[in-house]
Amino acid sequence: MPEPRAHLISRSGGPSSGGSPSSVAHLAGLSVTVQRTPVLRDLTMTVAPGEAVGLVGANGSGKSTLLRILATLLPPAAGAGWVLGARLGTRDVEGIRPGIALVGHTPALYPRLTLGENLAFYCRLTGSSVDAADAALATVGLGRASDRPADRCSHGMLRRAELARVLVTCPRLLLLDEAHAGLDRGSARLVGLVVDGVRGGGGGAVVVSHEPDRLAGTVDRVVEIENGALRSTDPSAAAGAEVRR
Amino acid sequence: MSPPRAGAPGPLEQALEITRKDLRLEARAGEALLVTAPFGAVALLLVPLAVGTDVPLLRSVGSGMYWVVVLLFGVLVTFRQSGVDAPPQVELLRLTGIHPAVQLLGRAGANAVLLLAFELAVLPVAVIVYDPPLHGWPWLLPVLPGVAIGLAVLGTLAGALTQGLAGRTTLGPLLVVPLALPLLLAATQSTEATRYGRTPWNWLALLALVDLVAALAVVLSARSLEEGS
Repeated sequence: MPEPRAHLISRSGGPSSGGSPSSVAHLAGLSVTVQRTPVLRDLTMTVAPGEAVGLVGANGSGKSTLLRILATLLPPAAGAGWVLGARLGTRDVEGIRPGIALVGHTPALYPRLTLGENLAFYCRLTGSSVDAADAALATVGLGRASDRPADRCSHGMLRRAELARVLVTCPRLLLLDEAHAGLDRGSARLVGLVVDGVRGGGGGAVVVSHEPDRLAGTVDRVVEIENGALRSTDPSAAAGAEVRR
Repeated sequence: MSPPRAGAPGPLEQALEITRKDLRLEARAGEALLVTAPFGAVALLLVPLAVGTDVPLLRSVGSGMYWVVVLLFGVLVTFRQSGVDAPPQVELLRLTGIHPAVQLLGRAGANAVLLLAFELAVLPVAVIVYDPPLHGWPWLLPVLPGVAIGLAVLGTLAGALTQGLAGRTTLGPLLVVPLALPLLLAATQSTEATRYGRTPWNWLALLALVDLVAALAVVLSARSLEEGS
């Protein structure tokens, strides 16, 4: 797990600048416009260390956009936000990006590379051990499929390979889009395993799912997003998580 | 979970890793050498069919035709390569924290290797069909990689510039071809100079200058291009 980036926290995310140094991510009145269309409006939320937040909402409500904001891939149009101590929209985010893992609903794997090659490529770029890639694939049940090209894998296998990448990454902020899509009940436990791994290391997670019932037990609380604004929270998920612990 | 290795790779290692990845993808797709190169060879064959078997004429235009084919089809090669990363892969690379210039230079490295292979693949066709004068051929040793590098860097830059645009496959070549004209000029004039027994140092210097300016443009604009994509 990467060390906390205290220098970034003090430089850009301290209390005086409105940031929340103790939080993994903090958004304050944040709005986002994509191609001149407002997608997120006046959004305020915090992800605390060791916390997993579930995110639900209808199609087009802004869930994926919120994940991309938290991944520092989109700049805010208004308001402010801090991720791992770096203020969004500034160059500080470049330093904290390796601490973020984003698993989108479209796999970020190269179709003509094998699963093993995909992960090894990622490991070599980031300085992780290539052996960790094989171990991670084995952990998600893809040890025997390591030599299979990604374009010959099922959607569920690709999802599991993406989760294996998260295991290699050891992120401080985990962002899962449509976390359970394509995963059967047996494989869905991997989502919990990965989230727990991040949470156990003091990181935070935001998990988007169309199936709120599958979030229960994985996240501490559920937030609903509607038309680009956060609407409500569901304490029952937190209760489920407590029971599971 | 296993912790990341303490020593992160340097920019050169990262760029080489991206180059290796792109070349591996191309080796499996085979589009540059199995599709584009034969198409380029066919283009070289069509000219004699169009102008007739005027041997002196073909000998005099052969070198120029070769470089025109390299320029036009080389742009296609670089542009095809620039599209191998879909948006999720682009975002993943951004999250690795690799400097965008390193990403682009890694891609340009793969493009340069492919373009050099393309040049070498169609060169025998040009020699057989046009029978150009071959004295001074050793000067091709710096010219071939010089053109490949310049075209690769310009193509990579244009690919990054047009990333995400609807008409990128049309717009890209339109951007690259005018910028690559100094490369065409340097390559053809180097050949002409050697034909008349002169050393083409000036044209080689132009070639190196274009390569250097293009590489600098990539380094200086990479961050802005990434943030704007």
